[in-house]
Amino acid sequence: MSRPEDTLPPDLFYNDSESRKYTTSSRIQKIQSDMTRRALALLSLSSPSLVLDIGCGSGLSGEILSQADDEGTPGGPHVWVGFDISASMLGVALEKEVEGDLLLADAGQGVPFRAGTFDAAISISAIQWLCNAESSEDSPAGRLSRFFNGLYASLRRGGRAVCQFYPKNNEQKKMVSSAAVRAGFGAGLLEDDPGTKNAKTYLVLTVGGGDLDGDITGVVRGMEGVDVMDQRRKAKSKKRAEDTRGSRAWIMNKKEKMERQGRVVKASSKYTGRKRRIAF
Amino acid sequence: MKLLTLNFLTCARRTCKTSPSSFPLHPREAELEILESELNLVFLRNILPRLMWSELRGIGEELGLPSLPESPPSREDLVTKPSPAKPSSVTEPSSVEEEGGEGEEVPSQTAKDLHRLLLETTIKEGKLVCGNCGHEYAVKEGVANFLLPGHLV
Ligand SMILES: C[S@@+](CC[C@H](N)C(=O)[O-])C[C@H]1O[C@@H](n2cnc3c(N)ncnc32)[C@H](O)[C@@H]1O
Ligand SMILES: [Zn+2]
Repeated sequence: MSRPEDTLPPDLFYNDSESRKYTTSSRIQKIQSDMTRRALALLSLSSPSLVLDIGCGSGLSGEILSQADDEGTPGGPHVWVGFDISASMLGVALEKEVEGDLLLADAGQGVPFRAGTFDAAISISAIQWLCNAESSEDSPAGRLSRFFNGLYASLRRGGRAVCQFYPKNNEQKKMVSSAAVRAGFGAGLLEDDPGTKNAKTYLVLTVGGGDLDGDITGVVRGMEGVDVMDQRRKAKSKKRAEDTRGSRAWIMNKKEKMERQGRVVKASSKYTGRKRRIAF
Repeated sequence: MKLLTLNFLTCARRTCKTSPSSFPLHPREAELEILESELNLVFLRNILPRLMWSELRGIGEELGLPSLPESPPSREDLVTKPSPAKPSSVTEPSSVEEEGGEGEEVPSQTAKDLHRLLLETTIKEGKLVCGNCGHEYAVKEGVANFLLPGHLV
């Protein structure tokens, strides 16, 4: 079976007829709702929060965010903002009168919210699309980096994001999760039913600082099949790495900026931005 | 789009990110619509410290809404203060305790006004303009278009 990502850009693939077909299929409704609930369990929100839904489509994932705690949404009902690149998908969401606010936007261009806006973010079955670039001036790496940098900044300290996605292969899985780590996130990959055709991959992301345990190992500790990408040091100060001049995230940002300007940048290693020991 | 969301949206252009005037975006030729929803006191309390109040006031003014107080309400302002000891509280202490306990807090008029403004007042049609670069984001049927042409990303 061919992957839709390899056939058309998302806004053309999810046209009016595909968007309707997608949203009315009871099989798809069930799968999307199960995965959204799984993502919400990983977010463990305890009270009504402001949540971003990336690639919200017709609102199958968002509708669950709007449900109350006793309807099965932990901490709900949440207030959510969703964005999607397909006007047709958003059109179906409008017809359904979903409660969240909707924006037409491309995750590969960034996340247009001020710093510290959201308590949490989810993305269900969308970010594999970022691994394809539709124009010659753009690249998957650039799109992933703009997305994760923007997402990181838009979340509160101690905030979390869970992105369920369909990686094409291991290489793509790695490309996506390392882009998140480079943006400053603590990241872990969780796999449900690995090796089967129902395999589901969840990228669990944490922003350090704040009162929540921003350390990824705290989120996924004891969970089966979790592969911790980056064991971040527990944030000692409340300051976010991103704000700190000279921090890894700051350097990565700078590098990306310079790369975009066409400058040659030293390849990033896992040592980039680490505190160097003072030499005597 | 809810006025709540407008209090968090910024211009999407990379070159505007560092400019303070890229927030808030300014509504132009806006057609407003009230969409009623259930008041959620815990959510209001959660979001209150994150609001940029003076920007919210400014946007309210630009939209011709009744003007907001200069300083934001406090979290305590969101609940009705328990009325001073009524005779019933002496005779039925247990029921009063229940009411005063968890969950049963009564939203104040301030909470209702804030809910109306942030979650029920929406921009249905119009555009949002960046104060820095002047880029206009169209709003249609309540959905703002933030797609940028490639050269502006
Ligand atoms: C399989 S649908 C999932 C929709 C919804 N989250 C759900 O669970 O039903 C994938 C969605 O991702 C959206 N999408 C793909 N690439 C995107 C991008 N770069 N920015 C925003 N949305 C994107 C598509 O338009 C589509 O609506
Ligand atoms: Zn701008």
